Amino acid sequence: MSKLNIRILIAKPGLDGHDRGAKVVARALRDAGMEVIYTGLRQTVDHIVTAAIQEDVNAIGLSILSGAHMHLFQSLLKALRKRDAQDILVFGGGIIPDDDIPVLKAAGVQAIFQPGTHTKEIVHFLRQNVQ
Amino acid sequence: MKRKPAFGVEGGPRGEKRRFTTISGDEIASLYSARSEEITDSSGPGEFPFTRGIHPGMYRERLWTMRQFSGFGSAHQTNQRFKFLLAQGQQGLSVAFDLPTLMGLDSDHPLAAGEVGKCGVAIDSLRDMEDLFRDISLAEISTSMTINSPAAVLLAMYVAVAEKQGVSRDNLRGTLQNDILKEYIAQKEWIYPPRPAMRLVVDSIRFCTRELPLYNGISISGYHIREAGSTAAQELGFTLRNGIEYVQWLIDSGLDVDDFAPRLSFFFNAHSDFFEEISKFRAARRLWARLMKERFGALDTRSMKCRFHTQTAGCSLTAQQPHNNIVRTTIQALAGVLGGANSLHTNSYDEALALPTAESALLALRTQQVIAYESEVTNTVDPLGGSYFVESLTNRLEEKALEYIEKIDLLGGMIPAIEQGFPQREIGEASYAYQEALEKQEKIVVGVNAYVADGVESIPTLKIGNDIREKQQAKLSQLRNERDSGLVKQRLATLRSSAQGNANLMPPILDAVRDYATVGEISDALKDVFGAYVEPNF
Repeated sequence: MSKLNIRILIAKPGLDGHDRGAKVVARALRDAGMEVIYTGLRQTVDHIVTAAIQEDVNAIGLSILSGAHMHLFQSLLKALRKRDAQDILVFGGGIIPDDDIPVLKAAGVQAIFQPGTHTKEIVHFLRQNVQ
Repeated sequence: MKRKPAFGVEGGPRGEKRRFTTISGDEIASLYSARSEEITDSSGPGEFPFTRGIHPGMYRERLWTMRQFSGFGSAHQTNQRFKFLLAQGQQGLSVAFDLPTLMGLDSDHPLAAGEVGKCGVAIDSLRDMEDLFRDISLAEISTSMTINSPAAVLLAMYVAVAEKQGVSRDNLRGTLQNDILKEYIAQKEWIYPPRPAMRLVVDSIRFCTRELPLYNGISISGYHIREAGSTAAQELGFTLRNGIEYVQWLIDSGLDVDDFAPRLSFFFNAHSDFFEEISKFRAARRLWARLMKERFGALDTRSMKCRFHTQTAGCSLTAQQPHNNIVRTTIQALAGVLGGANSLHTNSYDEALALPTAESALLALRTQQVIAYESEVTNTVDPLGGSYFVESLTNRLEEKALEYIEKIDLLGGMIPAIEQGFPQREIGEASYAYQEALEKQEKIVVGVNAYVADGVESIPTLKIGNDIREKQQAKLSQLRNERDSGLVKQRLATLRSSAQGNANLMPPILDAVRDYATVGEISDALKDVFGAYVEPNF
């Protein structure tokens, strides 16, 4: 796929209502020329996977500030494997302690962006890693 | 620590063509003088419109309440943290609930998976609430509860714990956040659509007005609006406009303004722009006093006093170089104190990563104690009053907030404004503008876009085990076995039929709570009648 039409799903799973980061990232990716679908709040993992497949996205970005990141990322990766959609890249951000990052990466999350990340860094990462 | 060479020594990191602005993006002059501003407000502290403070002697009479927001894991774990903080000199409790509780879901609900006890304490029933306050007398402590959609349920539980402790309602002190409008605008923990949700707010405040004379039935909150990315003026304008909405609904419910207004309380953010924040607090007091007197005809001066809690800005904390957060929090807390806060929470330095450890929470409390007892800033009331700059900023913020209030009036009030997405869009624009300013280095955050360190500075963080959900589920199923389930069913049916009518919902909620109906069951019963809110796409 040409890098001109990178398609990204930005999702808020679980109960967390903090959507400032998700909205800023969605807009920054859009400004960088990507096609971005934002799910809105409180989506189940199944809904996110279905939306990702239907929208034919290259990557899913989860924003989680509630401390439920271990559970939610792992459920998402499992659901992607079950639906044979593990080619979709998974990344994320939020309030995520340093110690949890290697565990998430080992599970298959490609990148975690903590508070204070430059949005260009996320754009760069996606351009480099999305085929 | 290495300094990134791009931000050289000469001229600092900001370059030549720098605009000098507040963190909200408002241009400021290099000098303010007698010619800059006409100072027309010559009132003293304790005098209308209370710009300089709500009490004549301010902190000489009484220091602010040091009230640290805390809660995690089980009720028992949080009870231990409460006792620790009280032993260290904290004066009031402030309960953080977990997301399932905030959303009116029990710990065994499928959507609660992974969230139980994570960002606050898990409360399912009165049994948990009894454990939360075990060996803490509600007669001797004031308790703030950050809860909104299910606020009436948690208030009922607090009252029921007091009954079990034998504490009279006359002695119950504390604050219920109970500010549903800012949920639709910023924090987004809603259950019901705005209008039935407003009915619950009105019913619970009316209950407090009649039954709990020392309790604040609402804390009208700008904190979350600011955290979502608003400017200072938006925080002030939207919060006070929400306040107007509550006052109007309470008056429409048949109360006289002076019956309830003295117990309205506020909650603002203490952000990083030192003078802008101090001016914001001063402007809040002046504008609220004028609104109450002129718009609502309040006669009791207590109705005009904007009493507020403030918390340092969580969104200003950085995961990078986390120790820098201690300094940020200190400056923000000092702005709160110089702005005349009545109650203060200082964030812990590890909160961009996780909930605070006992050590970091203690350091945050000590920060307040150092300001209170060592800095001597408490000796004088409103020490920055009369500063040309602060007076000018105070006037400007009052004006800008008033413009927002008038705009929302024109939209037909806060609920139509929310339905049209007006405050949500304004905040979204402001938060994106700030992010752009950071990325262009027009605004600097040390350790993030300047003076970036190589490598990661690792600090210990609080770990909350995953067994909390199983434990909470086990406690729930034991409860469901032991309680009189026929009676619970009956209580919930009564609640549903009351919700269809117009009577105050607090008595049936209190009955249901006493018989151990859960937060989820009560919220579901109300949802059967009120429906669920779905956010439009803005």
